[in-house]
Amino acid sequence: MLDDFMVRAALAGIGVAIAAAPLGCFVVWRRMAYLGEATAHASVLGVALALAFSLPLLPAIIASALAMGVAVTLLRGNGFAMDTLLGVIAHTALAAGLVTVALLGDVRLDLNAFLFGDILAVTKSDLATIWVGGAFILAVMIWRWSALLVATLNPDLAYASGIDPKREEMWLTLAMALAVAVAIKVVGVLLIAALLVIPAAGARSLVKTPESMAFFAAAIGSLAALGGLGGAYLADTPAGPSIVCAAALIFVVTALLAPLVRRD
Amino acid sequence: MNSPLISLDNISIRVDGRTILKNVNASVSENEIVTIVGPNGSGKSTLLRAMIGAVSPAEGTVHRAPGLRIGYVPQKLALDAALPLTVQRFLGLPKRIPARDAINALDLAGVPDLRNRQMTKLSGGQFQRVLLARALLEKPQILLLDEATQGLDQPGAAAFYQRIEQVRHDMGCAVVMVSHDLHVVMAASDRVLCLNGHICCEGSPRTVADAPEYRALFGSGTKGTMALYQHQHSHSHDHDHHHAQDKTH
Repeated sequence: MLDDFMVRAALAGIGVAIAAAPLGCFVVWRRMAYLGEATAHASVLGVALALAFSLPLLPAIIASALAMGVAVTLLRGNGFAMDTLLGVIAHTALAAGLVTVALLGDVRLDLNAFLFGDILAVTKSDLATIWVGGAFILAVMIWRWSALLVATLNPDLAYASGIDPKREEMWLTLAMALAVAVAIKVVGVLLIAALLVIPAAGARSLVKTPESMAFFAAAIGSLAALGGLGGAYLADTPAGPSIVCAAALIFVVTALLAPLVRRD
Repeated sequence: MNSPLISLDNISIRVDGRTILKNVNASVSENEIVTIVGPNGSGKSTLLRAMIGAVSPAEGTVHRAPGLRIGYVPQKLALDAALPLTVQRFLGLPKRIPARDAINALDLAGVPDLRNRQMTKLSGGQFQRVLLARALLEKPQILLLDEATQGLDQPGAAAFYQRIEQVRHDMGCAVVMVSHDLHVVMAASDRVLCLNGHICCEGSPRTVADAPEYRALFGSGTKGTMALYQHQHSHSHDHDHHHAQDKTH
């Protein structure tokens, strides 16, 4: 079954959608959509450096994404608004990465696949990376779920309950770095933030509790992965962007349905 | 008296190089109501946050009784509308609780029927009481309230403080309140700390209201504050210009 590239692509898409769902909820609740983008962009620089020094790609991606996440967390509250700060370092990381790749000359990197994903070329070992990484992300999110929720509501409320909100934030940063690493193959660096935010935003209209929002985000993400793949197959469009378009379509539908579904 | 639940031992707190609190000594013992008053920017909230461990002092130490159960009601809680949260789920953070416990806590806070409502759809007064309910869930030994009646009208605030006194009576917990609703709060207090970057004066509400340091900060006739104290006109601007102390609460 795994020998069919469409099956592998579908499994990859669903794996990423499920892993991204709880993380995406926190991205929406904490208003840090841009952090997803920043960590993703940082991975371009990570890959460029890995190529320059002949290092393995996956650890380089995780390390660079993690470094970006930590840098952003530490730099916060130093006089610049978060969006300004991320606007500076996220795009700098992307630009510096692209420049470094060009400087390397002998490029062994399919930049296009890297920026926009190449889900149809997912190999069995890619699939293993995605599902193992995804399982790890899911485990971290389930483990830290309640503490992260309290820290998201209010840091002081967390302290009063004996929870260190900074430590919880670091878990989130780590999960984000891993998500970037596993999602690159599916939607590429430029669209990872969309895969985090759109399913979660689509789920918001339908639910009353944080847990059900994460659950519906996973369902919407999976549906978008399958729909986008199908659409890409039929219309011969690039798969990654098609998945994001499918997610956006579902978002619009749920937003329109919201008044019928939700009564608080 | 038993050893204090929380004591601040000569702490100084700096934020971004600015000294917010300097050489503050304070402690809270079982079952007493302590009110912290002071002008804006005097470090009231910071003092409370030091008590719960949200800020670490640059100097001095904060002692909390081992295993101390803290109930904290923040000044305001900006809930993002993107976060769906029923009252029941909010009360069950970080530890899920059975519906029965939620109902009891909401009862205690005076808002029995809100369990299935969305947090973002509550009125200001309901929201504060749900925060109070959550703070009460763990049967706190000490309840800390940071201007918990901000945004409530006068009757709402008065009703809220009445509820607090009732809770203190029922649960036997200590209460620390930060407020500038002086006239409402001070009357209910066992002890008042008047803060302005340092502790200007402290003692029973009467003592503090009569202290020259307090009067320098709040004036002597502010909005009927003094009307609560029977001897308001009997103060005699006496020679007492060192920091007033009254440990006989």
